[in-house]
Amino acid sequence: MTANNILQKIVDAGLVGRGGASYPTAAKWAAVKAALKGKKQGYIILNGAEGEPGVKKDGYIIRHYPAEVIDGLFLADKFLGPDKIKKIYLFLNRAYFKDAAPGIKAILAQKKYQALREKIEFFIKPERLAYISGEEGALLNLIEGKKVEPRIKPPYPTEQGLYRRPTLINNTETFYNVALAVQDRYEEKRFYTINGAVKRPGVYALPLDLSIEEVLRRTGNWPAFPFFAQIGGEASGEILNSEQLAAPVEGAGSIMVYDKKRTDKDKLIRHWIKFYHEQSCGQCTICREGTYRLEELIKQKKFDHKLFWEIVDGLEESSFCAFGHSLTVPLKSYFNNIKN
Amino acid sequence: MQLKINGKNIIGNPGQTILEIARANGIKIPALCYHPDLDIKANCRLCLVEISGQDQLATSCSTVARDGMEIKTDSPRIRKARAINLELLLGEHTKKCADCLSADDCELLRLAKAYKIKTDRLLNRKKERKTYRFANAVEIDGAQCIDCQNCVEACARQGINYLKIAGSGSQQEIVPDRSGESACVYCGQCALHCPAASAQEQAAWPAVQGLLKDPTKVAIAQFAPSIRVSLGEEFGLPYGTNCEGKIYTALKKLGFQHVTDINFGADITTMTEAEELLERLKDKRAVWPMTTSCCPAWVAYAEYYHPELLPHLTTARSPHIHSAGALKTYWAEQHKIDAKKIRVVSIVPCTAKKYEAARPELSLNGRPLVDYVLTTRELAYLIKKQGIDFKKLAPSGGEKLFNFGSGAAAIYGASGGVMESALRTAVVLAGGSKDKVSGERLEFKEVRGLAGFKTATVSLAGRKLRIGVINGLGNFHRLLPKFKKYHYIEVMACPGGCIGGGGQPIPTTVAIRAKRLAGLYNIDSSRTIRRAHENKAMREYYDWAKAKRLSAKVLHTRFKKSAGSILTSVQKDKKPLFALWRTPNQSG
Repeated sequence: MTANNILQKIVDAGLVGRGGASYPTAAKWAAVKAALKGKKQGYIILNGAEGEPGVKKDGYIIRHYPAEVIDGLFLADKFLGPDKIKKIYLFLNRAYFKDAAPGIKAILAQKKYQALREKIEFFIKPERLAYISGEEGALLNLIEGKKVEPRIKPPYPTEQGLYRRPTLINNTETFYNVALAVQDRYEEKRFYTINGAVKRPGVYALPLDLSIEEVLRRTGNWPAFPFFAQIGGEASGEILNSEQLAAPVEGAGSIMVYDKKRTDKDKLIRHWIKFYHEQSCGQCTICREGTYRLEELIKQKKFDHKLFWEIVDGLEESSFCAFGHSLTVPLKSYFNNIKN
Repeated sequence: MQLKINGKNIIGNPGQTILEIARANGIKIPALCYHPDLDIKANCRLCLVEISGQDQLATSCSTVARDGMEIKTDSPRIRKARAINLELLLGEHTKKCADCLSADDCELLRLAKAYKIKTDRLLNRKKERKTYRFANAVEIDGAQCIDCQNCVEACARQGINYLKIAGSGSQQEIVPDRSGESACVYCGQCALHCPAASAQEQAAWPAVQGLLKDPTKVAIAQFAPSIRVSLGEEFGLPYGTNCEGKIYTALKKLGFQHVTDINFGADITTMTEAEELLERLKDKRAVWPMTTSCCPAWVAYAEYYHPELLPHLTTARSPHIHSAGALKTYWAEQHKIDAKKIRVVSIVPCTAKKYEAARPELSLNGRPLVDYVLTTRELAYLIKKQGIDFKKLAPSGGEKLFNFGSGAAAIYGASGGVMESALRTAVVLAGGSKDKVSGERLEFKEVRGLAGFKTATVSLAGRKLRIGVINGLGNFHRLLPKFKKYHYIEVMACPGGCIGGGGQPIPTTVAIRAKRLAGLYNIDSSRTIRRAHENKAMREYYDWAKAKRLSAKVLHTRFKKSAGSILTSVQKDKKPLFALWRTPNQSG
């Protein structure tokens, strides 16, 4: 299989990144390849540490389909040129590493992967800043031993990634999908994680174009009681009421169901803010200071609501990376879709 | 490349950021973490602008302009986003304006007023943060820090990496490296790049104020070569303006009984150093290369990072220590003044000189030769505090004999200047035409300018000497592998030399350094006496000191290996250390 054939298969399958941003996979791969021209060497990183609470599909994939994931990496290496790739990092959290490493090592023992094996290195996610370290720039800084904080874009990692060299960073599911696409086994499905007040929580592979409601119904998880849901992660996900579930599942594909009566809504808001404050890397003013002030504010019995929303607006308008911005998603959607 | 800013057509160069283009065209955009010397960090989030066709606001410091871009730098939406970030930054910065050197020229305060920031909604959250003091030179007050990280980068660019960020999020803090892998060299580049006066010099001005009220002391001020071309900036004069005459007047108005020029001391340094160079040339077992040692941050660097290089350092003392030695011996004797009553205050562009002045080997009869060290900024502060209208001051002169330095002394403030001064004198002394103006080479333009590592080959005493100039400690690593190939090396810790020193006016940028440099070379080229050894008053003193066998006490010094920098950390609002830091066995 030539590089062109690999790329064509990805194009034909219409693959998009499954880390949450849905960036076209073929475009990213082509950009890295273009940046690797001449004598330049680069890196491949599997971003599989899954920092977003409530998303469990990367763990599911690496445990159940390590062969496909490794094949995806093999194809990426082949596509970019094995002599061009200095190293391949598997960025995993400790639990995934513990469960999946033996299987991965066994697969890598195959003769086909002899050269690949030499390049692969596991990189375990630290406990602190577990969320932000999955952000591409922060992840690159983490591997380089620098302060864990996002980088200014552009330049994008495709051109200047790890050690300022072209770097392909893809999510576990994306590498998995590439393997399926090249083997003509891709079925236009994605993995959905379903959590919360449901009968059958878990990870499901279902067609891409299902609505949230369909996903819940098909898996036997549609609640018989008043509820609301959070789509795309339990931290950054959007809150929708049960009337708003005709849309497809966004982001990293998770659905969290909350029992409307039993959920302590103030506690939920406190939880989000606390999570963001603890995970904020500290780089930009609005996220470092804003999340701190929000947490301080809601500790008070009567707090300055005007200031609260000024800070939330500030996060939406001016945070350095998507992290700070994303706190406004659950807060605003909660107040728009549930509270009012 | 053409773009529209606030409806006006503006031309920019490809690769320029929106902020650069706006500022070049007189359009104000607030920015605190932005500094032309440093990487773009885009962390303060104040320079936000609107770009047509983009939903999100963009930070203008990090956005490269494109042809045809339409940009708004002011709108209710922009003001709202800037205001909340500004309010949050002010909530980090514990206001100590009453005693702050920067209060008069504080961007934070200016913006707070411009954006009508409510100061009562957010309590200062960092009041309890520690202050880290580096010897008696520099300090970082965590209670004022706005987390821009400029100090960390400035320190890294010096090749030091002593400042680190500990922790993350709202708990992160700038801390000194305690691993033993680095040591502060007191250069003050952190202070020079801090937008919030969190990193700054340890104040000596309160002690100097006390001195000026003490009738039992003879207070002498001496000012460094470079401050005459930088102090004016603090009062709105153009960059590079020579304010020598006004400085004499201002210092006398502040209450100093005598005012002298460190340029006199610079000529002593040149004389001492040129003689040493020639002696080494005669000595077959001499250690090569010889390096300068007048930059105290370079000395601190060598003593910690490269003690094996200490025999290379010239034993000539630095200019203000030289002139202070002359004042407390020769001048005191001539004027029949008890040297014990003399208090010498150096006004320098440097924070490391505070540390240097307190070095025990630079004392005389149990007292430091230089009693107090003020930075350029501290002097400006005192002048403003006293209500002196500096711009309107009539020029005057200083203490007879001690008010003169050659053109060579003037350029001590520029990277390459010390080397050029020493060579000017050495070529003449080597030619045997001692006191006569000879046809020997005067200018050594190959060592001038802002390049990081400058090299040349020059003829001296019938030999070809390879010379090198390190401009900024961050460039030292470029020299190190080739160190032994040279004969004479100048090292200035701060980029540009003293005109870019850690005690200079804020801002100091590449463009501003270039203008200050030009100011110094103008002074040099306008002098009739441009070689140190032609400074007759200096020669009289120099010969007197040698005849009195005072060389070891007033002309030469020594160096020793150091185990690390001196660090004290202070919790909360402890009384600042006003006087010089001293070793415990020295009395105040």
